[in-house]
Amino acid sequence: MKIKGKARKFGNNVNTDEIVPARFLNVSDAKELGRHCMEGITPGFAKKVKKGDIIVGGKNFGCGSSREHAPVSIKACGISCVVAVSFARIFYRNAINIGLPILECSDAGKISQGDLLEIDLNKGAIKNLTKKRTYFAQSFPKFMQDLIKAGGLMQWIGKRHTKSQ
Amino acid sequence: MGLTITEKILLAHTNKRTILAGEFIDARVDLALANDITAPLAIKKFRASRVKKVFDREKIVLVLDHFTPNKDAQSARQCQLVEDFAREFKIKHFYPLGKGGIEHVLLPELGLITPGKLIVGADSHTCTYGALGAFSTGMGSTDLASAWITGRVWLRVPESIKFIYRGKLKKWVGGKDLILHTIGDIGVSGALYKAMEFSGPVIKNLPIDDRFTMCNMAIEAGGKSGIIEPDEITFAYLKQVSRFKSLKVKKFKSFKNDKDAKYSDIREYDVSKLEPQVACPHLPSNVKPVNKLKKVKINQSVIGSCTNGRISDLISAARILKGKKANSRVRLIVFPGTQRIYQKAIKQGLVDIFVKAGAALCPPTCGPCLGGHMGVLGEGEVAIATTNRNFRGRMGALTSKVYLSNPAVAAASAIKGRITHPEEI
Repeated sequence: MKIKGKARKFGNNVNTDEIVPARFLNVSDAKELGRHCMEGITPGFAKKVKKGDIIVGGKNFGCGSSREHAPVSIKACGISCVVAVSFARIFYRNAINIGLPILECSDAGKISQGDLLEIDLNKGAIKNLTKKRTYFAQSFPKFMQDLIKAGGLMQWIGKRHTKSQ
Repeated sequence: MGLTITEKILLAHTNKRTILAGEFIDARVDLALANDITAPLAIKKFRASRVKKVFDREKIVLVLDHFTPNKDAQSARQCQLVEDFAREFKIKHFYPLGKGGIEHVLLPELGLITPGKLIVGADSHTCTYGALGAFSTGMGSTDLASAWITGRVWLRVPESIKFIYRGKLKKWVGGKDLILHTIGDIGVSGALYKAMEFSGPVIKNLPIDDRFTMCNMAIEAGGKSGIIEPDEITFAYLKQVSRFKSLKVKKFKSFKNDKDAKYSDIREYDVSKLEPQVACPHLPSNVKPVNKLKKVKINQSVIGSCTNGRISDLISAARILKGKKANSRVRLIVFPGTQRIYQKAIKQGLVDIFVKAGAALCPPTCGPCLGGHMGVLGEGEVAIATTNRNFRGRMGALTSKVYLSNPAVAAASAIKGRITHPEEI
């Protein structure tokens, strides 16, 4: 699967309070959450996002609270993928569980704000069309590839659950 | 090769014979917890799956604590969703307002946590329960929905880092200072994906409430879990928890590290000279000794939360506040961790001390800690808080600032109106 979009840059340790501040957690509707995406760090971000845009973060992206509302809001506001140097553990599993594509790439820092990126998710290749460079993401362990292929955790257990019955 | 306590607990929850750090396992879950923020998403996923029953109605815990007492109609709606689910599936452990308190203070108090258990929770501070020698970790709502159906969870077996604390703690220094010092040392991603094991002579003598505080903040270093090997202090606590009064300590299947267990890192600290620690804005790793921050003026002091809302925390704050008044420019907020702790605080005369000091007592709720309600900061305001996070805007306006400390420092600071060492009082 290929994704194309402009890079939306963020720094290190972007936390889930910044992605969706707690005051918006009194709803669980994805669309509503999408409207507040990144409001704790870049107010008005969701309005500026074009469908397909790619969030590029530094180290430890998504640290802090376990709120799944964070990846849900990123996905709902139209972001197609998150590329970061590293991810906080719970954000990482939440993103995979809900089917938000994420890539861990040590070269993420070389991407600038607004660079046009083309990502081949199967190969983990991140083509920077603006800078004419290609970076490679860390490949997922086999188990996670299965989860991703299934489309997320509920789909994955759905298959196994019906099998075992 | 030997195993760590974490590896042993995880192994005991699989059908495997061996276990290796880094491998993926499908583990049995002893308890699966969610709250009024994370449960609604999990319930949505659960209902969408069209599965008609939960794996075990006695192993699911639902606590309404974040926006309760409901701060608005929308949060009331979230609580209704959870309550409906709890009643429909006859969930045994459902704790609405007035019946419980803050989840991570409540569950141990109810006797739901014992050594060797595997607990998952849709709340990042689920790692608190390692203080009783359990493996516990935070995850998301989809994880929870899946665990409610299958009774299982996928986990990557974490490597462990061993932290050894030596020396003798000074007065006014405790678990909060040890963990802040540690996070200051390794950074907010210093234990990413790893289990943090706290040990050494200082931990051997550390009271149980301080142990909860330490394990609670493992997540602030990126840790998957925090854990302390069960010992006499653990068992004494468990005996005191009412449910276990009649049980023998031997009944708990507790685990210990093998002598040749493998660690990814071992860090030793001599903490004899450690002063009370304060984490400055906007990261829990931005830690300084309290005396370096004497000039920082505060508008609000917040004492409570899943990190420091236990009875010994309140006693520590009351010791400082007894016969004193909070500074006229400071709003002092105290929120006990559970209903039972609230009651103890009344019986022991602590509430009287707090009220006389000019504090507002809040019901057990996560509200102030996450800028939800009951103490949200305005533009440019500064708070000292015994909570766990000081991210930008965590407790309110984006321009507000949060300093994290132990309860005695927060109490002393409330009196002086600036960050203060308890010995100044």
